[in-house]
Amino acid sequence: MSEHIVPVRIYILVFLALMVFTAITVFVAYFDLASIWGPLNAIVALSIAVIKATLVVLFFMHVKYSSKLTQVLVMAGVFWLIILLAFTMADYLTRSGWPQPGL
Amino acid sequence: MAESHAIEHHPALKHHFENMEQQREASTIGMWVFLLTEIMFFGGLFLAYIIYRANYPDGFAVASNTLDVRLGGLNTVVLILSSLTMALAVYSAQTGKQKRLIGFLFVTLVLGLTFLMVKVFEYKSKFDHHLFPAVGFFDWTHEPSHNPALASQARIFLWLYFAMTGLHALHMIVGAGMLIILMFFAWRRKYSPEYYSPIELGGLYWHFVDIVWIFLFPLLYLLGFHLGSHG
Repeated sequence: MSEHIVPVRIYILVFLALMVFTAITVFVAYFDLASIWGPLNAIVALSIAVIKATLVVLFFMHVKYSSKLTQVLVMAGVFWLIILLAFTMADYLTRSGWPQPGL
Repeated sequence: MAESHAIEHHPALKHHFENMEQQREASTIGMWVFLLTEIMFFGGLFLAYIIYRANYPDGFAVASNTLDVRLGGLNTVVLILSSLTMALAVYSAQTGKQKRLIGFLFVTLVLGLTFLMVKVFEYKSKFDHHLFPAVGFFDWTHEPSHNPALASQARIFLWLYFAMTGLHALHMIVGAGMLIILMFFAWRRKYSPEYYSPIELGGLYWHFVDIVWIFLFPLLYLLGFHLGSHG
């Protein structure tokens, strides 16, 4: 498997998509979506960030064109990050009596 | 026999690899293993942010509103643009365009330094307003719009802001040094379409730092934006 050369057109398209998503995420931030549902602002902002990061990983970082081994490695990293975040929050969010911080 | 054997090899091929293909694959995987440790490294800070935000949503929203979204947005555009120029630098290396390679690396460096300059202005404004979360320095109450009851929560947000953007800025500084080294070796004609792994790996590092910012921008700057008087 020889190194795949990604055409410049793809790079430009990915860049434009990243710009559009950045504009969307700033635009959405003007609105108080929390009045509809508490965490909605955060969900929209993070979903857009995940899409942007995926575009960067797949095209700028060439993972779409990389070997299976590299792809598995990247997915393993994401998987362990999710374990770190999800298991910790599963603990914290099911507790009660979080104290107020002192100065 | 030994001479003809030597001619077949690219000078950049290390003796413990079968061929350039295998060497390139090994270096890419090695770089990704390093980046995975970086993901966990930043992951710890993101986790701290999520935990405190989940528990102190009001203080976080108000403190987030002290950040300047225009500057954060400008830096987002600058950094994504630098990722594009870095990708084009890798492309130039792959296609053997020597001058373009150096040019794109230089533009990437200039954009990276632009990002850091904006960051310096932002930090300075936080110090001027006594919002750096140090003992005896942090003062939330002198701003009339700031609810004094949220002072301690806001301080946690600003601690995380400085820790996360500071660590990110440190990565940018390392990346800038890396770009200067890559430019030097590109100028010495060390890279060719057969051998450009340092450029490719430098690109992976630069894009990773870009991704960290892609998450930092909405989490830190946009969180309390709708609370402000922006319409």
